[in-house]
Amino acid sequence: MTTNYHISNYCKIENNSLQVNGTTVLEMKDVLFPEFIKNASKAIELEYPKFFKMDNLSKLAFLGAEAILKNNINLDIENNIALVFANKASSLDTDVKYQESISDKENYFPSPAVFVYTLPNICVGEISIKNQLKTENAFFVFDDFKAEFMSDYTSYLLESGKAEKVLCGWVEFYKNDYKAFVYLVEKSGTTAHNKEVIQTLYNK
Amino acid sequence: MIANKPIYITDANCVTPLGFDIETNWKALVKGDSGIQFQEQYGNLTSIYASIIDSDKLNESFLKVSNDSTFSKLEKMLILALYPVVSKNKITEKSVLILSTTKGNISALENQDAPIEDAQLSTLVKKINTFFGFKTEPIIVSNACVSGVLAVSTAKRMIQFGAYDNAFIIAGDEISEFVLSGFNSFQAMSNLPCTPYDASRNGVTLGEASAAVFVTTKKPSHNAVAIIGDGAVNDANHISGPSRTGDGLHKSIESAFKEANIEKSKLDYISAHGTATLYNDEMEAIAFSRSNIDNVAVNSLKGYYGHTLGASGLLEIVIALQSVYNQELLASKGYSNSGVSIPIDVLKENRKQEITYFLKTASGFGGCNTAILFEKIN
Repeated sequence: MTTNYHISNYCKIENNSLQVNGTTVLEMKDVLFPEFIKNASKAIELEYPKFFKMDNLSKLAFLGAEAILKNNINLDIENNIALVFANKASSLDTDVKYQESISDKENYFPSPAVFVYTLPNICVGEISIKNQLKTENAFFVFDDFKAEFMSDYTSYLLESGKAEKVLCGWVEFYKNDYKAFVYLVEKSGTTAHNKEVIQTLYNK
Repeated sequence: MIANKPIYITDANCVTPLGFDIETNWKALVKGDSGIQFQEQYGNLTSIYASIIDSDKLNESFLKVSNDSTFSKLEKMLILALYPVVSKNKITEKSVLILSTTKGNISALENQDAPIEDAQLSTLVKKINTFFGFKTEPIIVSNACVSGVLAVSTAKRMIQFGAYDNAFIIAGDEISEFVLSGFNSFQAMSNLPCTPYDASRNGVTLGEASAAVFVTTKKPSHNAVAIIGDGAVNDANHISGPSRTGDGLHKSIESAFKEANIEKSKLDYISAHGTATLYNDEMEAIAFSRSNIDNVAVNSLKGYYGHTLGASGLLEIVIALQSVYNQELLASKGYSNSGVSIPIDVLKENRKQEITYFLKTASGFGGCNTAILFEKIN
């Protein structure tokens, strides 16, 4: 299916490397995710104290989104950029940590600050808050990346007029295994928005 | 391209503590029964109220559809809900299964030796997909407490886009110590059965349930509703607190009305979210007022079923359909005196009323909201 929409920007975070539009912004060796993502936040000059309170999944999704939005959003106006995110593990990385906090009767410390992150769509809320995106948003879970679904749902939002642009993301995090692939779909740009291109960029 | 073809919900079912089919549920609701019961002990929690499905009764009913005992409680609830819907509607090459859930088989984490796959949502949905023989890959909507309503939006949107001919939607969440302790840690749990919109309300009562609907482009000859507009807009305000302005819900409602292109004055009924937390119910009243629909009859079904999380939105649509077909709105159980700052028409008693247009709304953690407008046909 051909549409008039394009992928204007994309970002990938995996294996201790941050790439924006195919250019490596940061690459580190032999570090764990918390250390890497802290450096990545510096690399994109993120100044947002709330970032450090987020769980791993939200940090990953938020950073992938910020790497694109910081140059593509005017916070003085209302931006109708929808957010469509998905992954496989849902919030299981934090779920396991929360479960540990309630599994020992002698050491029982359920925390609301952890519990709130046991929903995968919280990362979408974090991106919405930072960029004041009062826009369409959804979080889906699949066994693996579904370029066709992402493309169809995004095209629906754009063609129906429910959104002007859509920021899409695959944000997978479980026990230090992670991958983020975030991309912005809008009218302008040269890279066609279709499932083949999306899959190619995801695999690259 | 989007074909603006009408999309219908033509079949529905649910499995709750009040019954394992739609007729039993409706009869119990009309009588004013509630599934919420006092629970002396649940894991480390004592003296709480929750709406829980009796496992023995569930197992007994499940034997009528399968003797496979490896299914979890939640899987049995989901299969039982969908079973009669699948027997009446054929699964084709272009049918899709959509699952709405927040936590799936989260209680699998209690067994530390179990593989993590047991708690993965994709493992759960694959079992259901295989059980019924779906030919396409399933979709899971996991968007906090709006999931059940957003799943219906997703079906409508994907069918209008031409990706599928029809969709079988299931929604379910189970009671677990995981979720109970979490809401408790937020101090969001009511010490008595929840009382949405009431002056005495002081938090949620949790529940478990499953629901199923069939969504299609084929206009049926029997009772059905058309999905005529929808929106799912974020508050961009707080990850765990409802917006003070109701912005996201207001915008979601406006988006649904704009698409449906009907006058606000035509709306007959709102099946609202009404969790009975102070801030959620207040936020909804503000949003309804901003959308000029604060004079429309409204209820929350949380007083009957508790908050069933990922199941709630779909379950409440299923019950709203019964209200439409039976021309009877249900009292908002637990409500007697207004506890929101803007007067809204919360139903104190069951009311005989013809309903042509109704609105379903939901709001949840992460600042999410969803609204869908339905129209009765036939």
